[in-house]
Amino acid sequence: MSKPDAVAAILWIGVTLYAVFAGADFGAGMWDLLAGRGERGERARALIDHSIAPVWEANHVWLIFALVVLWTAFPPAFSAVMSTLYIPLSLAALGIVLRGSGFAFRHALPGRLRGPATRVFGVSSLVTPFFMGTVAGAVASGEVPAEGGGDATSSWTGALPLTTGLLFVATCAYLAAVFLVRDAGAARDAELRRYFTRRALAAAVIAGVAALGGVIALHAEARFVYDGLTGDGLPLLILSAACGLGALGLLARGRAGGVRAAAVGAVMAVLWGFFVALHPYMLPESLTIEDAAGADATLNSVIVVFAIAGAVCLPALALLYLLSQRRTLE
Amino acid sequence: MPDLGPVIADAGSNLLAARYQMAFTLGFHIVLACFGVAFPAVMLIAEYRGRKRGDEDALRLARRWSKAVAVLFAVGAVSGTVLSFEFGLLWPGMMDRFGDAFGIAFAIEGIFFFLEAIFIAIYIYGWKRLPGWAHFWSGVPIVVSGVGGALSVIAANAWMNTPAGFTLGADGRVADVQPLDVIFNTSTFHEFVHMWVAAYVVTGFLVASVYAFAMLRGRRDHYHRLGFLIPFTVAAIAAPLQVVVGDFAARDVYEDQPVKFAAMECVYETGADQPEHLGGICTDGEVKGDISLPGVDSLLAGFSTGTVVKGLDGVPLDERPPTPTTIHLSFDAMVGIGFALTALAVWFAVAWGRRRDLPATPWFLRGATAAGVAAVLALECGWMVTEIGRQPWIVHGFMRTSEAVTPAQGIWWAFGLTLALYVGLALTSAAVLRGMARRWRAQTVDEPELEAPYSPPPPTPEPAR
Repeated sequence: MSKPDAVAAILWIGVTLYAVFAGADFGAGMWDLLAGRGERGERARALIDHSIAPVWEANHVWLIFALVVLWTAFPPAFSAVMSTLYIPLSLAALGIVLRGSGFAFRHALPGRLRGPATRVFGVSSLVTPFFMGTVAGAVASGEVPAEGGGDATSSWTGALPLTTGLLFVATCAYLAAVFLVRDAGAARDAELRRYFTRRALAAAVIAGVAALGGVIALHAEARFVYDGLTGDGLPLLILSAACGLGALGLLARGRAGGVRAAAVGAVMAVLWGFFVALHPYMLPESLTIEDAAGADATLNSVIVVFAIAGAVCLPALALLYLLSQRRTLE
Repeated sequence: MPDLGPVIADAGSNLLAARYQMAFTLGFHIVLACFGVAFPAVMLIAEYRGRKRGDEDALRLARRWSKAVAVLFAVGAVSGTVLSFEFGLLWPGMMDRFGDAFGIAFAIEGIFFFLEAIFIAIYIYGWKRLPGWAHFWSGVPIVVSGVGGALSVIAANAWMNTPAGFTLGADGRVADVQPLDVIFNTSTFHEFVHMWVAAYVVTGFLVASVYAFAMLRGRRDHYHRLGFLIPFTVAAIAAPLQVVVGDFAARDVYEDQPVKFAAMECVYETGADQPEHLGGICTDGEVKGDISLPGVDSLLAGFSTGTVVKGLDGVPLDERPPTPTTIHLSFDAMVGIGFALTALAVWFAVAWGRRRDLPATPWFLRGATAAGVAAVLALECGWMVTEIGRQPWIVHGFMRTSEAVTPAQGIWWAFGLTLALYVGLALTSAAVLRGMARRWRAQTVDEPELEAPYSPPPPTPEPAR
């Protein structure tokens, strides 16, 4: 593995963590939006709050991390993506602002304003991953030229970007529902457990259909990535499918253990399948990881910073986790 | 008005819209960043006092401030995320060629940002889960990571002013980077210290102004007095210090960024015995409508009226900042407010030294109420000097801002939308903090844990049968 490849893998670790953690957050926001009024809706909302309140903001860190590594280690790729896909990226940024503030504010605002804040939170939770999906789809379909400045609209409005957007939304909803099934189980709320199980199954079916559509669109619009995914990436793709189906089976049988791990595994496996499929490219068939890589010393710095971040932040996170499990003092 | 020439020429293009949007979103974020750097320290001082003296009011202040810290950090995280998008959305030309130098400090900042987020959560969780002094110490990493984060971001900005630690390759891109030279470039130290102290000035005066206002309205109990005294004391120490730090910073700018220094005082022609202009408009090679102090600019720059100050004539017309008047007036406003805040601090110190109390006249509290907004104004003016003073360069001497800007369509629309969104965000943030304050006034005993982001989850929902 070359040094640029190693840094690209670090970037992808950030993307993976963002996809899993923030994905679940986005999905929770969607279920919050769809929970409706009434007693059960309110209980579902309370559970959603319970699940995401402790960690919600920390998850932005992974996005910032991925952006910073991208622009520091692979400046031309960052600039090409940003100058081509500025419309969906701006809309995603807008969604992040509205989502973050909507969630923060609905706890702190006076009662009459909590409703609107909650809806802003829900809608932006849906919109943000959709536009991020279109960005990913546009990159995969080779619509971003290496020198940047690709077509501002047609680059992300093809079949593949739109299907990917839908896939992102459905995957977020699925991840969140699976997390919430477990949390409902922990809260010994059998009704909410069934409630989120049904939703997890529905989201899984939609995600499955979108994934299938995505594969067809890949075949048509992004042959290089399709070949990679069905070539070197095939084991990971199979692992992802197996995890996804396994999680479904466990859910349908009402088993709690292992569902979360299987669902997260499915998402991670497919992401790394794409990493393998894209290799050696950063932007398929126009910009390789090697060519996009910045100065050598900068790559070294990124690797060192990543190591330090792991050494410092993981113990701190463990401390927070221990604390959150601890009973309150008298 | 020759000053406005380049501005009008740019008005139809993206450059001005992109600069406005960047200025506006940074100007918003920087206030939150100040809170992120300094508010945790103010909160810890309150907790220290509370634990040391068994002062319940001090502990209650610390508990409540920690929630305000969490709200402000959350909004700051969001506005910071927007900035990292904007680097690419607005300035792809710069990121393309200089990202691997400019980005290093940001990568380091990521560690501090993450640590700060985690320890704010630990601190808030810890109120009911960590015993006494252990809880106090759990807050110290927040303060430390605030310092580290500020240093990293400032290093990136300083690098734009005095770029170092790289060579340019044949393709115009950065090559052969020396990360330590990038981070510790000549402007890093003075910019960092100036900004770090500024964070304490802004946070101290702004938090104190809330309690000063409450005291003017007659709420003069121990709780409110303490809520005023702790942040105000912090600010009263920081403000005079900042005058000294600023003086050193200005001399560094004189050495390393002569064009910016010339614009600050509207020096058109290089020469000794330059006057200090207070106010006035820079036009046609001279300053109009100012109060002129002969020789003082030279004196401040080099301790002698014989000190030669480089003028704007030292560089070609198209390498001068487009609006020296804005830079000059911003600089004057920053310095003027700095001295006024210092005077307020001295007034307080004298009264406190004499009779261990605030100055008796309500004018002191009125001044302290205004000081919060004034400090923010000084902060913004200072940044305008730094940023506009670097124009027309984005990476000084290497890339013009006009070369870096995106060719994308609709930047004016994006700016308009951003403006509306941020005004809404600011108003809602203020409403949230006020709502908290109102609830705090209504309850005298303990408040519920879940009130802010990062709070522990609410009790688990009632199980269904």
